[in-house]
Amino acid sequence: MLQVRFHGRGGQGVVTAAELLALAAFVEGRHAQAFPSFGSERTGAPVVSFCRIDDAPIRTREPILEPDAVIIQDVTLVHQVDLFSGLEADGYVLINTSRSFEELGLAALVERLRPERLATVPATELARQHVGRPLPNAALLGGMAALTSAVSLGALEGAIRERFPGPIGDANVAAARAAHDHVRRELGERAHAATA
Amino acid sequence: MLRQLEGSRAVAEAVALCRPEVVCAYPISPQTHIIEAVGALVRTGKLQPCEFLNVESEFAALSVAIGASAAGARAYTATASQGLLFMMEAVYNAAGLGLPIVMTLANRAVGAPINIWNDHSDAMAVRDSGWIQLFAEDNQEAVDLHIQAFRLAEELSLPVMVCMDGFVLTHALERVDLPGQADVDAFLPPYVPRQVLDPADPVSIGAMVGPEAFTEVRYLAHLRQLDALVAIPRLAEEFATRFGRSSGGLVSTYRTEDADTIVVALGSVLGTIKDAVDALRDAGERIGVLGITAFRPFPTDAVRAALARAVRIVAVERAFSIGFGGVLSTDVALSCQGLPASVHTVVAGLGGRPVTRRALEAVLHDAAAGKLGRTTFLDLDTIVVERERARMAADRRSGPMAENILRDLATSAASPHAEEGR
Repeated sequence: MLQVRFHGRGGQGVVTAAELLALAAFVEGRHAQAFPSFGSERTGAPVVSFCRIDDAPIRTREPILEPDAVIIQDVTLVHQVDLFSGLEADGYVLINTSRSFEELGLAALVERLRPERLATVPATELARQHVGRPLPNAALLGGMAALTSAVSLGALEGAIRERFPGPIGDANVAAARAAHDHVRRELGERAHAATA
Repeated sequence: MLRQLEGSRAVAEAVALCRPEVVCAYPISPQTHIIEAVGALVRTGKLQPCEFLNVESEFAALSVAIGASAAGARAYTATASQGLLFMMEAVYNAAGLGLPIVMTLANRAVGAPINIWNDHSDAMAVRDSGWIQLFAEDNQEAVDLHIQAFRLAEELSLPVMVCMDGFVLTHALERVDLPGQADVDAFLPPYVPRQVLDPADPVSIGAMVGPEAFTEVRYLAHLRQLDALVAIPRLAEEFATRFGRSSGGLVSTYRTEDADTIVVALGSVLGTIKDAVDALRDAGERIGVLGITAFRPFPTDAVRAALARAVRIVAVERAFSIGFGGVLSTDVALSCQGLPASVHTVVAGLGGRPVTRRALEAVLHDAAAGKLGRTTFLDLDTIVVERERARMAADRRSGPMAENILRDLATSAASPHAEEGR
């Protein structure tokens, strides 16, 4: 089972992100469960959502305490909320930022995790560019498809279009593709630097 | 058709497949998404003919459903928590009058302190009202139970409440198989009322009944609930034949055949319990699960049969009777009178506290080792409790309890983060 935890703020589509990921897994014929952290929803307040993906039906209902991947939609949460709680050494981290992990003061995290499983993507910028609104979720999921093998970009595009038919879906698909390319390039450069 | 849907949306679609003619509800978390989705299906003409009424309160919502049902319409509503309590008088009336209304209860804690999260306090508060109460384990079962609920309600002329855990199920997006309209139509024939307000053939419904007949009216209501103990498994079987999957019924068992310890529970916590039980089985413990789908009427015989050879029974409950203890446990213990098993209550998941597999494994492991007491509050923060007890002992004007505790928690939460920031 793959367990993904999303951290963001109310209004950034954190719940929708988990739902789109679950929908993409469903498109691929897998079982998936997405759910929010059930707070009293307030714009700007820290929000957590969860997504589990498996080949078998998922029975558990507990929140994800030991995620395989953490997606951070709002970089201002770094050092404010316990974002990496329960994340094992082979976990994935994707952060919505144009800064590096080191610049964010996360050097200790980089030490602890595998470099090819860490990535950053300026998802809010990409969303502004392609969608015209600072909603980073679809872009981050595109980045996640490049970072992990959780879902394919094609399945993700299907999910985005199902949830947001028409031009809004097209724009979010474009943002997801751009983020996917960005993360793939970033990982390629890092691998190249490591072998050089 | 297989869909990946939010629980609320899936239930709304299932309700629409049942062709209710009058829907009336008042929004309250975590039920709101259900009624919004039903409203949208009516507005877009996907559910028709159906009248969707906006009202000013839950009391009005169920009162409208009562009127509609008495006039011969198939009626549906949904609520949660304080909303259910606000309609309380009408809840008893719907049952007492024998009107087959179906209501979704998106289970939520009852205040004060105000809390929007899940537990079963609301369902337990109307346990004795005369409604049939069915509990869904997952969203597929929530869908299937609604389809069975309309049939059951109308067959017996009794209202049916389908309980699904608020947020945990209502807000979870997962795979559901939504049946086709033709199959639902074949399973659920048009409503033929046993009593109807018809100007062409006038009757009065809701007479005052004195001591001369009140006991008999109540006893007949009880008999009708007992009829449901026969009807529920029969409908579940018919449902399985038509739709190709088993859903509903009185109880469900999991790995109980040779179990010494059997965990009993209602609703969505059964999923996490089954995972915990698998882990304990792997560790060599003989443990199984009994899920109660029909809580009212309580399936005494089925429960007794399932627990007949257990050494110990652990009821995991998302509610409790303040000043006494377990609610489900009491029904289970009475059903098992004369059997050798000890009955233990584990109160868990109150007001939305997550019920984790780890905590369940620990408590069930203790149970198997004979170390579990009569009543246990899972993950209880005893430090917080003791602090407040000390405050109350030290100061007559110790202030409001909930606020004191929140202040304590905020203080202790602030310090570790300050450490991390440095």
